[in-house]
Amino acid sequence: MQTGVPTGTTSGESPKKGQRIGVPREILPGEKRVATVPEVVEKLIKLGFSVAIEAGAGDAANMSDESYVAAGATVVPTAAQLWAESDIVFKVCVPTPAEVDLMREGGILIDFIWPGQNPELMKQLAAKKATVLAIDALPRMLSRAQKMDALTSQAGVAGYRAVIEAANAFGRFFAGQITAAGKVAPAKVFIAGAGVAGLAAIGTAVGLGAIVRANDTRAEVADQVISMGGEFVKVDFEEEGSGGGGYAKVMSEGFQQAQRDMYAKQAREVDIIITTALIPGRPAPKLITAEMVRSMKPGSVIVDMAAERGGNCELTVPGQAVVVHGVTIVGYTDLASRLAKQSSTLYGTNLFRLAEELCKAKDGVANINMEDDAIRGLTVIKDGEITWPAPAPKLPAAATAAPKPVAAPSAKKGGHGHGGGGGEPMAGSKLAIMFGVAAALFWLVGNSAPPAFLSHFTVFVLACFVGYMVVWNVKPALHTPLMSVTNAISSIIAIGALVQVSPLAGAVGRPNDWISWVAAAGIVLTAINMFGGFAVTQRMLAMFRK
Amino acid sequence: MFTTELATVSYIGATILFILSLGGLSNQETALRGNLYGMIGMALAVLATVFGPQVTWAGLPWIIVAMLIGGSIGLYAARTVQMTQMPELVALMHSMVGLAAMLVGISTFIDPEASKGFLGAAKSIHEMEIYIGILIGAVTFSGSIVAFGKLSGRIGGNPLLLPGRHWLNLVGLLVVIYFGREFMNAHTIQDGIIPLAVMAVIALLFGIHMVMAIGGADMPVVVSMLNSYSGWAAAATGFMLSNDLLIVTGALVGSSGAILSYIMCKAMARSFISVIAGGFGTASAAPAPAGGAAQPAGEVTPISATETAELLREAKSVIIVPGYGMAVAQAQHTVYEITKFLRGKGVNIRFGIHPVAGRMPGHMNVLLAEAKVPYDIVFEMDELNDDFPKTDVVMVIGANDIVNPGAQDDPTSPIAGMPVLEVWKAKTSIVMKRSMASGYAGVDNPLFYKENNRMLFGDAKKMLDEVLVVLKS
Repeated sequence: MQTGVPTGTTSGESPKKGQRIGVPREILPGEKRVATVPEVVEKLIKLGFSVAIEAGAGDAANMSDESYVAAGATVVPTAAQLWAESDIVFKVCVPTPAEVDLMREGGILIDFIWPGQNPELMKQLAAKKATVLAIDALPRMLSRAQKMDALTSQAGVAGYRAVIEAANAFGRFFAGQITAAGKVAPAKVFIAGAGVAGLAAIGTAVGLGAIVRANDTRAEVADQVISMGGEFVKVDFEEEGSGGGGYAKVMSEGFQQAQRDMYAKQAREVDIIITTALIPGRPAPKLITAEMVRSMKPGSVIVDMAAERGGNCELTVPGQAVVVHGVTIVGYTDLASRLAKQSSTLYGTNLFRLAEELCKAKDGVANINMEDDAIRGLTVIKDGEITWPAPAPKLPAAATAAPKPVAAPSAKKGGHGHGGGGGEPMAGSKLAIMFGVAAALFWLVGNSAPPAFLSHFTVFVLACFVGYMVVWNVKPALHTPLMSVTNAISSIIAIGALVQVSPLAGAVGRPNDWISWVAAAGIVLTAINMFGGFAVTQRMLAMFRK
Repeated sequence: MFTTELATVSYIGATILFILSLGGLSNQETALRGNLYGMIGMALAVLATVFGPQVTWAGLPWIIVAMLIGGSIGLYAARTVQMTQMPELVALMHSMVGLAAMLVGISTFIDPEASKGFLGAAKSIHEMEIYIGILIGAVTFSGSIVAFGKLSGRIGGNPLLLPGRHWLNLVGLLVVIYFGREFMNAHTIQDGIIPLAVMAVIALLFGIHMVMAIGGADMPVVVSMLNSYSGWAAAATGFMLSNDLLIVTGALVGSSGAILSYIMCKAMARSFISVIAGGFGTASAAPAPAGGAAQPAGEVTPISATETAELLREAKSVIIVPGYGMAVAQAQHTVYEITKFLRGKGVNIRFGIHPVAGRMPGHMNVLLAEAKVPYDIVFEMDELNDDFPKTDVVMVIGANDIVNPGAQDDPTSPIAGMPVLEVWKAKTSIVMKRSMASGYAGVDNPLFYKENNRMLFGDAKKMLDEVLVVLKS
């Protein structure tokens, strides 16, 4: 499964040195991020790789070439040389055709690719016999993959920045204050879509002191919204909106109408709207109509985080901030890049985690193991062969994984007896057999036993059931005291000895002495139990304290 | 003086008090009151009997002397017993109930007055009750004595597996049934003595054999099972004496013990039958020592007490999983000191208790309570299992099988299917052990080889003391 051909000849270094990771400067205008940072370079070198940086790659993110060199990277003057000498290239933005041309035959590229939207690029890369890991194709539902999830890390940064952009354009405080100059009402923020970016935005806005409401078509995120300090606004319509892979899906017409009504109402009430609604493979849903924008208070702000995919607001101009009807609509598509140092560090760390997975032997050679669910999902081109889309991961998505958690509690009940009944219901056939056996036994007893015995038997059976019901309620923590107290109680057997101990003067042929001695021995034994059992229980229970 | 009617009413009162007593144990707040109900019920029952119609003045000196002797022994034992020795004490007490049941059975048998009123079927049933009462009493007695010996280390903990032991038991049962017939057919007391004695000997041997065949880790089941038996013995005595109070109380205790046994079996993923049949997993025991394909390999990462202290100091949430090893090392007080210190630092520290941790149900809870650990930070396995991924450090103190991931991952493992504490999901787990020896189940533990697991070797108390010193410095 070795790929990437660790020849080492192009860089002129010894083959033992491991593969070379190259990080070019991002050439997309306005892109300030870089695919690795000095701290990460050190870690990559520990994995056995060598790292090369194009001169000025980190400048826009305030990381100098010197800092990279200090971390152990070499600086390469031109992009052409860098691409040519690297076995593996780390990048942020989707590569341009010119960049792909620079790429080495059979090299490895790790980058955002969006294979669904870029078929031409895929063909070009395949022609290069490249192996391409699209960081955006990561199977996000694998919990193991979360450390590599660059979409999440970048969305988190973007969500934070969105609030900052909104605050920048908004003419008031976020937090409510009572000042000498009068009372300031807190800003009201509505966040559409509670994915990673939405949740980050909720957290940031709450941190600034705003009143935050949020909505999502996936009902299960309500708890997350609340946990971030937001208020979950429901759409007054019953439909579950969880699609596969943790994304939302397209909703029915009835739902959409109810949703529009809710958005219209929010638009009239709030000062700031941040929209993050995306559906995979489709243009962003138009949630905020021109009419809604007009209904907003003058000075309000909309930050449209879906601008790149057409925007959630009808009036969004991608890449720009515009003022329409007195409302500032921010449509920046580079929110993460605007916080370049933070987003680069997180992205670099994501790629490092991926490198760790690829290079478990720490020998500086990337091993693309297609048996691994996470790596299989990421790999969109393998040695020039397009392997996208990957088959669905074997694991069910968390949202649909209900059966397991549901099965577990029922088993738990059986084991622990909090349920009054005790244990999961038995299978019907088993139950039938049990009832059959019980019926046969009762018939036998009823057929042959005298009435005196039967009355005792009744008491016995009922007492068993009472005991069963009562004991199931006992906490497991108190099982030891339960045992010692039942032990003490079972010394009730003393009564048997007590009634026999008295010698009967009148009885003929009764071995009085024998009986008295045996019974007295019984009393001694049960008395030990009686006093000892209750006393030790008392001692134990007195120790339990809050 | 109590008339028969008054005594009966008092018995009903005692019955209710006993039920309330067990009900009171449903949580810690009402538990002490529950115990008090039990004591009142017992006092009521004993007084109603002593001053009832069946006890004459001539009997009183016997009773007083016997009660004084027994009571003082009991109180002395209750006062001096170490909490780690609770399982032994409980087992010993079971044996006394068993022996008492035997003695009451024998004295009933040799008392012609007791069977005077019975004729025909009633007489047969009465004799059968005596026979069964003594049988259960004898099994409880000898079984509990062996359990006591095993728990206190006087007898080795390994299961004793005689060849053809199931056949031995079966033959014993047949002999017991045969002599049961002989016993019922005997017309005089002298004729009945021999079958009764033979049966008693077989029952005693059966009790010994049964418990000898059960391994150390199955002891919680055995202790709760004997608890149940002592109840059934009391109930059988109740039938023998036609006393409803004994029947009810015996049934309460019997079903309580049966439920505990069931819970314990569930917690070990074993069927009740396979525990009673003895040995550890008779069917699957063979491949386990041989290793098979699933033998975990790899290296364990040791850690020092100082590093442990540093990990704890940096952790935000800590879960401690105690096992029998903590009890053996008497480390619970040091554990509490560490807990107190970390809680003072704002660390979220909790305890996770597996149902079969220790040698009897609830054993760990009692030890922690003794060490003054507040019970609201002590949780059951199911309450905590989902929290491990969010936990920074898990300390496993003297536990092994209850944290074995093999129970979930490895279907060939002898403990496969046993619910376990998923400590390996925490960021770091630290296992404190004296050596790399495997647990009672004799199963190697893949947890030790996990990347995020560290081993802190040494005596639990000594190592924890060191950890505490470093923490406080």
